[in-house]
Amino acid sequence: MPHPIPKSPLDLFWSFTLIALQGFGGVVAIVQRELVDKKQWLTQEEFIEEWAVAQLLPGPNVVNLSLILGERYFGVRGALASLAGMLLFPAVIALLLAVFYGIYASHPGVAGAIRGMSAVAAGLILATGLKMLAGLQSNALGKTLCAVIGAACFVSIALLRWPLLPVLLVLGTLSGGMVYYRLKAS
Amino acid sequence: MSGALHITLDWSDWIALFQHFFTMSMLSVGGAVSTLPEMHRFLVDQHHWLSEAQFNASVAIGQASPGPNILFIVLLGWNIGINTGSIVAALGAVITVMSGILIPSTTIALFASKWLTINNHLRGVRAFKLGMAPVVVALLISTGWILAGIHPQGEWHLWVLTLLSALLIWRTRIHMLWLLGAGALLGWFGII
Repeated sequence: MPHPIPKSPLDLFWSFTLIALQGFGGVVAIVQRELVDKKQWLTQEEFIEEWAVAQLLPGPNVVNLSLILGERYFGVRGALASLAGMLLFPAVIALLLAVFYGIYASHPGVAGAIRGMSAVAAGLILATGLKMLAGLQSNALGKTLCAVIGAACFVSIALLRWPLLPVLLVLGTLSGGMVYYRLKAS
Repeated sequence: MSGALHITLDWSDWIALFQHFFTMSMLSVGGAVSTLPEMHRFLVDQHHWLSEAQFNASVAIGQASPGPNILFIVLLGWNIGINTGSIVAALGAVITVMSGILIPSTTIALFASKWLTINNHLRGVRAFKLGMAPVVVALLISTGWILAGIHPQGEWHLWVLTLLSALLIWRTRIHMLWLLGAGALLGWFGII
């Protein structure tokens, strides 16, 4: 079944603008929901693949993801449209917030509101990861190995707090190597 | 903003500023946040272009603002420019630091993704993408876990709010802004 796709670079620009403006404390949660659940430009499996690439490249991962998708649909024009959507209006809002920061920072309600919003934002990221588990069902690695690699990653990063780069390199190579072997066998 | 400085930037300073962010861009695997300590060393400790308070406020507002975390770099640039005393310089500094941080990573991302799309059928590329899948999914769950753990007071009701919002987003189609709004209200009135 063919995917719905964005209509034009302008469509990309506004889509990513709306995604970015909804993204407090974690744009990836909104990107996943808008692009996979709502617009269906990507399946859960495709989203994970693109996310893996975006995550490993230098630069902010959501910005990389928007660039990669923009380029896919409309070449460099699409990439620039996505990038502008991701950054233009959010930058203006951030500057306005900074200008008025002096007035609001001393208000106790503001600190409380930010505390409440960050607690929710952490939940949104958690939920995004949980939803993406569904995209691993058909992975060539098989469910057991996926679970082992995933658990190893969680323990190293979330519990042991090891640095990101070596963990990604070791687990990625291990996991990629096993997939490589399995693809050969089949 | 409190803790403002009075500085002057000559041409070599502008070039150094651009170069610094250009270099940081290429090193920012895992997001621009991973280069924060180095930016602090360069901007605050070495050149004194920003005060400690300005640096911290830029990061905090960047996080609280809607949009990608990289927005804190817009604010770093803005404050450096403001310290020279003009809005024009502030806008110039925003453009300088943002081009620096974006040009390398954007160029690399475009070429890498093009190459991966063309060679998507190669076994190595398939193995890389499928092999990374469980790692990046676990990484997201870890990020949520870590963010939930660093609540300033680490109180249990913040954990409840985190888990409740995770459950609602995972299992229902409720809009995220309702949850964020509810979190903001609960915090504003000091309930959590």
